[in-house]
Amino acid sequence: MIHARDLVGQWPGGRALRFPDVDLPAGGTLLLRGPSGSGKSTWLALVAGLRTAASGHLTVAGTPVGDLAPAARDAWRARTIGFLPQKLLLSDALTVADNLALVYFAAGQAVDRDRISRTLDALGVPDLAGRRPSALSGGEAQRVALARALLLQPPLILADEPTASLDDAACDDALALLQSRAQAAGAALVVATHDARVVRALPQALRLDLTGQRA
Amino acid sequence: MNLLSLSWRYLWARPLATLLNLLLLTLGLATVAFVLLAQDRVARAFERDLRDIDLVVGAKGSPLQLILAGVFHIDVPPGNIALADVQALAQNPMVAQVIPLSLGDSLQAFRIVGTTHDYVAHYGASLRQGTLWSMPMQAVLGAQVAQATGLTVGQAFAGAHGLGGGGHAHADMPYTVTGILQPCGCVLDRLVLTGTASVWAVHEGLAPGEFEGLPAEDRSAIEAERELTLALVRYRTPLAAASLPRLVNSTTKMQAAAPATEITRLLSMLGVGTRLLQGLGAVLLLVAGLSVFIALWGAVRERRADIAMLRMLGAPPRRVGLLLLCEALWLAVLACVLALLLAQGLSLLAGGLWAQGQGLAIDQGQWPSRLAFVPALALGVALLAAALPALSAYRVDVASLLSSSTPSTR
Repeated sequence: MIHARDLVGQWPGGRALRFPDVDLPAGGTLLLRGPSGSGKSTWLALVAGLRTAASGHLTVAGTPVGDLAPAARDAWRARTIGFLPQKLLLSDALTVADNLALVYFAAGQAVDRDRISRTLDALGVPDLAGRRPSALSGGEAQRVALARALLLQPPLILADEPTASLDDAACDDALALLQSRAQAAGAALVVATHDARVVRALPQALRLDLTGQRA
Repeated sequence: MNLLSLSWRYLWARPLATLLNLLLLTLGLATVAFVLLAQDRVARAFERDLRDIDLVVGAKGSPLQLILAGVFHIDVPPGNIALADVQALAQNPMVAQVIPLSLGDSLQAFRIVGTTHDYVAHYGASLRQGTLWSMPMQAVLGAQVAQATGLTVGQAFAGAHGLGGGGHAHADMPYTVTGILQPCGCVLDRLVLTGTASVWAVHEGLAPGEFEGLPAEDRSAIEAERELTLALVRYRTPLAAASLPRLVNSTTKMQAAAPATEITRLLSMLGVGTRLLQGLGAVLLLVAGLSVFIALWGAVRERRADIAMLRMLGAPPRRVGLLLLCEALWLAVLACVLALLLAQGLSLLAGGLWAQGQGLAIDQGQWPSRLAFVPALALGVALLAAALPALSAYRVDVASLLSSSTPSTR
């Protein structure tokens, strides 16, 4: 799913970082670890096609991401990447159902309301469709954000610090849910974290430890 | 969910700000629309009553007053002119038609006009009931007069001395209603029409038939003193415009006034007020534009994370920018519809008040093509106000979603 060799990335105005090589198979799980400043965000941005690598070789889901034109890269990202951000970024101007419908709007597709309610069902929150995100509990909001990431059945899910604000019990639940839904969808999963609990909870996962090595 | 429905939902996610912007835009546009409507409708009302009247001849004085009194019946005439002078003018080869008008009395503030059947024919008016007058002291009522007074064919009424109402009644010389006109949307609607001989009879104090019974000597003495208030003249040839007014003004005791010239002068005097209103509309629109800009700019800042998320989900920058533009377009469309309705309402109100005061009848049915300027203006203001916020949304840096809590713009 992800194949990276000699990858060098750079944040605008920041230093160039060299990333370790990695091969993540389809359906696999990758734990992206490293302290602040080690380049987790840069690596995620490269994989999501939001930044172009300064050098090296990167293919994601069989596509050399850096070679895509900007418009093609947006369309590719809509098809390929499901993203679960650390701050869930659910819009309070919209209901839960409309937040999920944004996925279709962004991808330029017709809204599939049936699939939205099936996805909410599968995540155990069938009654939230008409609520505003501000009226949800933390756990409910995270499930809605996960539903958004899974909706178009992307082959790759990127989760950015998904357990940062959760207590131990909620952390285990969230990781279990994330893994089981990714498996059910046949999607590969990348979890960027510096949370030791995640490492313990995902012992089988491939690990990519970033050290912030300069290029 | 498409661009229109999503932008609609975002628009109403901040209902108070949206309502304020809508109000400001609507007021600005409505002012502009009202000025355009009023200008067009007043000009058309003047044109309709002026139709085919080339010259108005009356006593010397203000030419504008003569036109307002003689054509539109909204001012008092400057005085009277001798019947003999008008008869001489009618013989001029440059004159195709002369319609005499005699004013002086009124019925409940509606003017009684002594004239000929040509006056009715001139406006193409037709009868709803009864017939035109055929003898002195018979009268035909305009539609508005009939409605206001409740008089019907066969009933009698006494005219009151003076044009404004409240003068002493000529009770000994009653008129009989012989006909009621169909509404024509012209000046005839608010006039009482009768033969010129009726007006003479009332003021000479002679009942029908009494004049004919006088000795020939007395009759010719009375005839020699007979007067009219004014006359409406139609030229036989357009060339008459160059010489006839000058001829009348320099060789007779009468004054000739060209209605088209005087009304152009009047409308240009009204133009000062019009420009003032237009200026007010422009200021309101400027404030509305700024308010929309500030609201959208605030919305982009508030929604930076939403916008970045949309980009992360694969929305191209163009679609995100269009989302902001669409919000402004919704405001423009709503404000435009409300403004046109408000302007039409104001125009109806102003026209109604004016008509109540027996002024010009304003036709409220038509919308001038110049009114297309209003949606164009709404669109222009909205797009201008939304341009920078849309550009800012277009440039939201989605990758910064991954590195900080608040995405920035590039």
